[in-house]
Amino acid sequence: MAHDVMQAEADVLVIGAGAAGMYAAIEAARRGADVFLIDRSLIGRGGATVMAQMTVAVALGAQVPDHWRHHLDDTLAAGRGLCSEPLARLLCQEGPECIRQMDAWGVGWARQDGHIAQAMAPGHDRPRCVYVDFLNTGPAVSKTLRTVVNKTNVRKAGDLCVVDLVRHDGAVAGAVALHLASGAPVVVSAKATVVATGGLTRLYRRNSASGNMGGDGYALALRAGTPLVDMEFVQFFPIGHLAPRLVGMDPIMWDPFRYKLGGRLLNNQGEEFAHRYGTAEDGKYVLTRDVATFGILQEVEAGRGSPHGGVYLSFEHCDEAALRAAFGPVIDRLAANNIDLTQMPVEVAPIAHYHMGGVQADARMHTEVPGLLVAGEAVGGANGANRLSGNAITEALVFGRRAGRSAAEAAQRMRAQALRLEDACEALDLLAADAPDRKINTAALVQTLQATMADDVGPLRSEAKLARALGTIEQLAGQLGARPAGDGQRFDPVRLDWLDLRNMLLVARVVTEAALRRTESRGAHQREDFSAMLDTWDVNQIVRLRGDRLAWSTPSRATEAAQ
Amino acid sequence: MSSIARLKIWRGLDRQAGRWETFEVPFEPGQSVLDGMRWIRVHRDPTLAIRFSCINANACKECMIELDGRTVYACTARLEPREMTLAPLSNKPLVRDLVTEIAPPAERFG
Repeated sequence: MAHDVMQAEADVLVIGAGAAGMYAAIEAARRGADVFLIDRSLIGRGGATVMAQMTVAVALGAQVPDHWRHHLDDTLAAGRGLCSEPLARLLCQEGPECIRQMDAWGVGWARQDGHIAQAMAPGHDRPRCVYVDFLNTGPAVSKTLRTVVNKTNVRKAGDLCVVDLVRHDGAVAGAVALHLASGAPVVVSAKATVVATGGLTRLYRRNSASGNMGGDGYALALRAGTPLVDMEFVQFFPIGHLAPRLVGMDPIMWDPFRYKLGGRLLNNQGEEFAHRYGTAEDGKYVLTRDVATFGILQEVEAGRGSPHGGVYLSFEHCDEAALRAAFGPVIDRLAANNIDLTQMPVEVAPIAHYHMGGVQADARMHTEVPGLLVAGEAVGGANGANRLSGNAITEALVFGRRAGRSAAEAAQRMRAQALRLEDACEALDLLAADAPDRKINTAALVQTLQATMADDVGPLRSEAKLARALGTIEQLAGQLGARPAGDGQRFDPVRLDWLDLRNMLLVARVVTEAALRRTESRGAHQREDFSAMLDTWDVNQIVRLRGDRLAWSTPSRATEAAQ
Repeated sequence: MSSIARLKIWRGLDRQAGRWETFEVPFEPGQSVLDGMRWIRVHRDPTLAIRFSCINANACKECMIELDGRTVYACTARLEPREMTLAPLSNKPLVRDLVTEIAPPAERFG
């Protein structure tokens, strides 16, 4: 079914309305740009921000004296030698300003004795993480930014799923999107485009983010000619909820419980096991995410796992009053799910949570391709091989603000829109596809890909698993075909799955190839066949798309620092 | 004991020209109605249109539908081993199947 092409234009196009995208839109508008903020879901509701449960790391010095350099030291240490220092530095240095701005906008950071409360989180040298009670950090951040966006003249639209960025003379000049609510293609001309589409957790069976985070931004950037970095480093959140079945709660909900109450991580013998992997817990929550994930999977492998294939997390030593004081209404929600923490442990297991890799950018958030900027989790490099607890929202705010500023400046330097409709013809042709007879079960293909990524490209990897995954990915790409399936009418789930799979399969291939190439273990990337961390791998892997081929390089980090 | 939930679902692009389709979904205690809808897409019919984002956290508030005539979030409504009737919100413009236009007018395109 053919639709008329709709058109829109703006100085700055922001793709993705999580914290990074909304902050970018606010900042660009504040600097005078005409901004169009779009999201494939609804504004401020999709993505990962709304799912954040608790911590936002920032050297405010409100709880105890602190300095952004201490936060930077911890961030670099967690990144196991691979962080981009300029990006990590930006995150830590500008974090306090953004957090105070959010406070002024009324986000409601939890207070203690008249100051903003800061909790201790694993990997930090002091209490540094601000939060909104109870498990409400993400919703509060999203709602606050959405309210601020609504006070600006930013134009916004949900249900717009970007299919491809459009280039003119080598620069990004806008994007082609599918308007889900009508099924019509939309061409957006923009003087600067900010990709703030978040990460790739949807590639995995069990994940902690929204169902629409399938790595869109990475695929868009690759096809627009800009490189990605560190794509092998997928962060698994170690204690994602596994059992008993729980509705209406985010699976990463146990993190706040551990911050406030410690909790005991136990195997099926009732033993604490963290000490076997180098860090004894002693009732405190000190295990970094990479070590905890590794430890839990080793216990399961050794036959000491829980019935559903994880380990136990127990708060049975806490009394009802302590639980209520710390988590109030959440305790009632647990009761509605028949969970009484004073009487029973829960089962937890690693769950795909965040992507350290992403689009390579400088500290102004510009990519290599003119007109294309990135923000938030879509940016690669700030967190190296493992992200510190609490850095994701900080990164979204700081990088979003910076990208908004840079995009407004870039737009001011351009006199006119560069995009011509003929630049968009390839993407428009894809959306014009009419193949009602092609019967493929796109939802089943997504599920197969998620199973493959979880089983073969999860936290514990090997050459055999990764090679098998590449084979499956190639096979799935063959089944997907070159032309979209579906009827192309409004909110066509098959068409949307097809377009998503086109991105997901490309990104899955990138992650898997990167993991296969890195023949060592470091941070979130653990190879069963190469268990040591090697000095020779003290490099970042960069990937570009050349035709249909992935082109890899590993520039020395000295070169990167000099840039 | 293996049992099933029978989901009777409204399908169509036009309120006047819709139809009801019934799917049998394997039932496990603790599942949500959204789990059942997602199972149908993978195992029976990928063309079923549903709107959701956060899957399980009840954070995105996008999965509102009418269950047996009552407005619910599909992610928190429990699946039950009986016939359950799922329809699009009757007070919102229909988009397709169970998807309605729920965004505020200022956040829509066109």
